[in-house]
Amino acid sequence: MRRGGSGVLRSLLPVVPVSLAACHPAVLTPAGPVGEGDRIVLLDSLSIMLAIVVPTIVTILGFAYWFRASNRRARYLPDFAYSGRIELIVWSIPVLVIFFLGGIAWISAHLLDPAEPLRSKAKPLEVQVVALDWKWLFIYPQQNVASINRMVVPAGAPLELRITSASVFNVFFVPRLGSEIYAMYGMTTRLNLQADQPGVYFGLSAHFSGDGFPGMAFDVHAVSAEEFTQWTAATRETGPVLDEAAYRQLLKQSQDVTPYTYRSVQSGLFDDIVEQRLPPGEGPPTARSAAAAAVVLAGRQY
Amino acid sequence: MFGKLTWQAIPFDQPIPLAAGALVVFVIAAILIWVAAKGYIPYLWREWITSVDHKRIGIMYCLLAAVMLLRGFIDALMMRSQQALAFHAPGYLPPEHYDQIFSAHGTIMIFFMAMPFVIGLMNFAMPLQLGVRDVAFPTLNSVSFWLTAAGALLVNISLVVGEFARTGWLPYPPLSELTYSPGVGVDYYLWAIQISGIGTLMTGINMVTTVLKIRAPGMSYMRMPIFCWTTLASNLLIVAAFPILTATLAMLLLDRYVGFHFFSNEAAGNAMMFQNLIWAWGHPEVYILVLPAFGIFSEVVATFSGKPLFDRRSMIIATLGICILSLCVWLHHFFTMGAGGDVNAVFGIASMIIAVPTGVKIYNWLFTMYGGRVRFSSAMLWAIGFMVTFVIGGMTGVLLASPPADFLLHNSLFLVAHFHNVIIGGVVFGVFAGYTYWFPKAFGFVLDERLGKAAFWCWLVGFYVAFVPLYVVGLEGMTRRMQHYDRPEWYPWLLVAGVGVLIILCGIALQIAQLWVSIRTRAQRRDLTGDPWDGRSLEWSTTSPPPEFNFAVLPNVTNDEPYWSIKQQARARGELVTPEPEYAPIQVPRNSATGFVTAFFAVLTGFSLIWQIWWLVILGLVGAYATFVAFAWRDVHETEIPAAEVARIDRANRAARAAALREEAVQ
Repeated sequence: MRRGGSGVLRSLLPVVPVSLAACHPAVLTPAGPVGEGDRIVLLDSLSIMLAIVVPTIVTILGFAYWFRASNRRARYLPDFAYSGRIELIVWSIPVLVIFFLGGIAWISAHLLDPAEPLRSKAKPLEVQVVALDWKWLFIYPQQNVASINRMVVPAGAPLELRITSASVFNVFFVPRLGSEIYAMYGMTTRLNLQADQPGVYFGLSAHFSGDGFPGMAFDVHAVSAEEFTQWTAATRETGPVLDEAAYRQLLKQSQDVTPYTYRSVQSGLFDDIVEQRLPPGEGPPTARSAAAAAVVLAGRQY
Repeated sequence: MFGKLTWQAIPFDQPIPLAAGALVVFVIAAILIWVAAKGYIPYLWREWITSVDHKRIGIMYCLLAAVMLLRGFIDALMMRSQQALAFHAPGYLPPEHYDQIFSAHGTIMIFFMAMPFVIGLMNFAMPLQLGVRDVAFPTLNSVSFWLTAAGALLVNISLVVGEFARTGWLPYPPLSELTYSPGVGVDYYLWAIQISGIGTLMTGINMVTTVLKIRAPGMSYMRMPIFCWTTLASNLLIVAAFPILTATLAMLLLDRYVGFHFFSNEAAGNAMMFQNLIWAWGHPEVYILVLPAFGIFSEVVATFSGKPLFDRRSMIIATLGICILSLCVWLHHFFTMGAGGDVNAVFGIASMIIAVPTGVKIYNWLFTMYGGRVRFSSAMLWAIGFMVTFVIGGMTGVLLASPPADFLLHNSLFLVAHFHNVIIGGVVFGVFAGYTYWFPKAFGFVLDERLGKAAFWCWLVGFYVAFVPLYVVGLEGMTRRMQHYDRPEWYPWLLVAGVGVLIILCGIALQIAQLWVSIRTRAQRRDLTGDPWDGRSLEWSTTSPPPEFNFAVLPNVTNDEPYWSIKQQARARGELVTPEPEYAPIQVPRNSATGFVTAFFAVLTGFSLIWQIWWLVILGLVGAYATFVAFAWRDVHETEIPAAEVARIDRANRAARAAALREEAVQ
């Protein structure tokens, strides 16, 4: 793995807030190296800041309490409004903290750049991801199969994802695998992930994309290399073909689509989408009768 | 004849919006009938609607903000209750309705609650603190207010006629393009924001001019109260940033109305550019809101600690530092668009650097309390609650500024919790502190402290109960704007958040009760001296409420805290130290209906543009222009307040102050 720099950051982990670790939130229990790297940056930054934030809060409350008007033991200094020494400390504490955090941010933003391929001995799997209204299309160019709303991947192998959208913005996000990235029409974003262990990891769209948005959940099934080979072989046997006509059907809005697969994919489909040789998503149905058009215009087509 | 407007625009088939809309219409009608029946209309017209007095305009801004806070909060209640119910279930709000609610909540809370509230307080207090009689352009000020109110009205009309945007509070294309949002919702959003945005820009110009050009004799820049400095910084940002917003939304309007392709999917439109531009406005916007709040806290902490603010100079440097840095960080709103390591790191570090001047401010307030005599009045409680809460919100903000952490948390409920942490903990607590602090100055009586403190505790506890769970579900991978979900681990936290919003509801109920009780018992809560908090800056040196002309004679400023130093001398002697001045007649600007009439035509224009009723658009534009011409042609700009009237008001106040001094000397 390329992210060797995280070893330095890892050494700061003992200061992790116990409370957060206790409830196993998805992004803090990563299942792959990218999520692990992101998590370390998150927790390190948090720990460094807590070291300064907690004393600050205690001092705020302490000063307010001790210097309360009714406390006659507190010294009243009605003209105390300047101290060069305090000013020096007051400016240097945040500056030093930001130097430290900024350094972490600079290093980690490069190490964990989503477009950066992972270093691994295993052969990477290419997946082309298309965000549609309102489902996810996963195309496997090497295997020449495709899947809707379910991504089956071999555990332990790097995933090279190329992501685009067929209509509006979405964000591809699998919390336990790490970094999220936008899916945008006419553009490709690159994301490199890896699931270390077999398992089912939930994924979702992390950018609002319309009425069917909450139904854009999908599962990532990380399986062993053999199982993955079996899955591709089985997928090639059954299901429809994803050609241009089938793709145009996908451009129609639909919600809560049950996962299914395509046994083969028209070659170059993903590039045709990105290069805009295929039309964008249709949006709300316009084929409704003229009488209903006014209702559609008023936004109440349901 | 009526463009796209038909009877189908009224949601007869949907009970919730219809009932809500009918209720609002009924309440407004009832209030109007009551006002008319009581014969208050001439009074309201003369003293408020046509007033160009910065104090009256400021109060109307705050009133608008308070009403919009209620509207936006009802949206919040519906969102929280929907998410508390929508685990493996559709809940009670269908997506097309839920999506309008979160869009309206954000739009209203930022543009029509937070903005009017801070602008209202700046309007009210800044000229008084500068020791002057008015802002630079009084009638323009009235136009600004009424245009903001026009925008707010349009957003609320969408409740009953048509629909509101279903795109989020910032309408990102391509979703907001005609293809994906064919309804009028986005048009309502765009025209409401365009109209109120013009008002905000004019406010910015007005306030910047006031601070730079109109100050009491001797009020040098370095002697200005910090609130005036933050007002200046905030309005400089308005002048810099709001034109970007207007231009960006204008491009989207061109896309939607005349088929341009700035942000569309087709014909080489680039939707990313919208995000880029909108955040070039959007990030300064949060500092436009929070800087005045910082100013309010600076005044409140100094007053209630009985000490001058710790190191004013460093506070001013920090304010201007934030002002400039806030224009350099907008890209952190889209780290996850794949900009690459260098760009993300540069903007991440730039964002973190803002924490330096902000941290300095926190420590300066801290050392203002050091060696003070802290009085825990409710305004001070808001300030202490702010300091603690804002430090936490700032910390999660710096966390999100680190690109890899943002890759996990972008758009999640962690982000939602973060910005509510700084906006509620910073801006909302700030305007509530300002409201409590300056209320006696505005109305001449003090708000009930017991209810005020109870409201504070409900808000503080409610905030944490509502938003700490959102931090947790954000870490559990939950993204924002989910109408339903099926992850069991999110469910209990969303139930807790629902309880939190109910605690905040109690806080709001207590604030309404506080206002009601205080008005009912105002006779016992009169502030005769004009200085109920033992204040330090010039607004406390005049009567409460201040006369139309603010000061009988303009104060002569010789140090940082001119009113405090004179008060201390008077205390030492046990009597007033300033001799009675020679009173002279004072010119004040004449009332003008320009603002109200312009806004009337602006609403007509906006509404008819939304529904594409083109003849009415022309009528509205012609009407607005005619109003402007009529105003430009008037001959008499000012009226005169006779010396005797000035003397009467000032003598009464001097007598009350002298009496208070004698009483203090006896104790």
